[in-house]
Amino acid sequence: MRHLMSPMDFSVEELDKLMDLAADIEANPDRYSSICQGKKLATCFYEPSTRTRLSFEAAMLNLGGSVLGFSSADSSSAAKGESVSDTIRVISSYADICAMRHPKEGAPLVASNHSGIPVINAGDGGHQHPTQTLTDLYTIRSLRGSLSNLTIGLCGDLKFGRTVHSLINALVRYPNINYVLISPDELRVPSYIRDDTLKAAGAPFKEVERLEDAIGELDILYMTRVQRERFFNEEDYLRMKDFYVLNKDKMELAKDDMLVLHPLPRVNEISVEVDSDPRAAYFTQAKKGVYIRMALIVTLLGLEGSIC
Amino acid sequence: MLNISGIHEGYVLDHIKAGMSMKIYDYLKLGDLEGCTVAIIMNAKSNKMGAKDIIKIECPIDAIDLDILGYIDHNITVNIIRDDEIVDKKRLSLPKEIKNVIKCKNPRCITSIEQELDQVFFLADPDREIYRCRYCEEKYSGK
Repeated sequence: MRHLMSPMDFSVEELDKLMDLAADIEANPDRYSSICQGKKLATCFYEPSTRTRLSFEAAMLNLGGSVLGFSSADSSSAAKGESVSDTIRVISSYADICAMRHPKEGAPLVASNHSGIPVINAGDGGHQHPTQTLTDLYTIRSLRGSLSNLTIGLCGDLKFGRTVHSLINALVRYPNINYVLISPDELRVPSYIRDDTLKAAGAPFKEVERLEDAIGELDILYMTRVQRERFFNEEDYLRMKDFYVLNKDKMELAKDDMLVLHPLPRVNEISVEVDSDPRAAYFTQAKKGVYIRMALIVTLLGLEGSIC
Repeated sequence: MLNISGIHEGYVLDHIKAGMSMKIYDYLKLGDLEGCTVAIIMNAKSNKMGAKDIIKIECPIDAIDLDILGYIDHNITVNIIRDDEIVDKKRLSLPKEIKNVIKCKNPRCITSIEQELDQVFFLADPDREIYRCRYCEEKYSGK
């Protein structure tokens, strides 16, 4: 039985296959509309989430399956002190596959060690959020046709942003990608990503502080939020925060076919005036997230061969 | 000169960094070994190290899991004694996995709230001797 704990659980070939399936589902949704009939997805969310839980539920419903679950620890037996391993043993007899979000890092791994059904890590604290990375990869491949030969700018909080770390880890396996890391000095990408991932893979990268200095060379701009609580003093935060508000003026400096991605939720780092720009792909990205989750559910349930 | 008699069957752990022997005593849980004699020699003179600790353990030779010694200090010499003779000298290497020896200190790790879970660390970088928690992948920094 296969689980998904980290985006690195899949080889490049397996990821390609998964994205091919997602593309086929996106192109031919009717062919897959009852492939999971009679199957149940348990969404075990120990902390609140809007997009991820609904995206999983939409994915399973689109496949003709049904969903059950809980959306906070208070409404689960965790409030009574039940361990994750006991919960998953019980859920295994109720459902066919489980998507788990937990505030504690490693909880989905514990679940997978005791589960009778495939477990998908739907986010464990600041550790992993593999389906976000799969969504990012699928969106880039889908909108650009390939995951190689591109310049990607990652902008904002590169120190604490797990989606950025995860995306870099996944992308370094593809050829000819240039990385432009755009952040204030306080929020630079950690050394273990710079040295152990980028340098170790021989991936070309540069670090800049101003978005305007780099935006013109990018094929992809991956925005993240700069959070006030990460700064030691208010003055630094105020100095930095406007650097990273993407607005129409900055978009004018960008290539005509650059794509803007964001894991969402967006607060103020992308001005709403950018939403109508055809290069703004973050809402499309959220939609693509449903297709890649559909492909993942079909794959982990071993149903790829059921479509003729 | 302090004299401690030889052992019939068991181990002599030599070239332990001075001051580390009590830690090794705890890691190997030598206090829990029933019917086994343990001698700890601290600050013995050593030409190679200046000062060193030595532990002699009289016990059946399958009684102790020595893999953990590789994690603590792979320069320790392990002499295996049988019938009063050294029959083998074991070379130590870093174990690929360590179970229930060190604890994850990450307050966000699942092991911080589910204490019955095994504390498992894997060798993430043999060159830099870095171990990471199997659950949260946080680097262990308390060696």
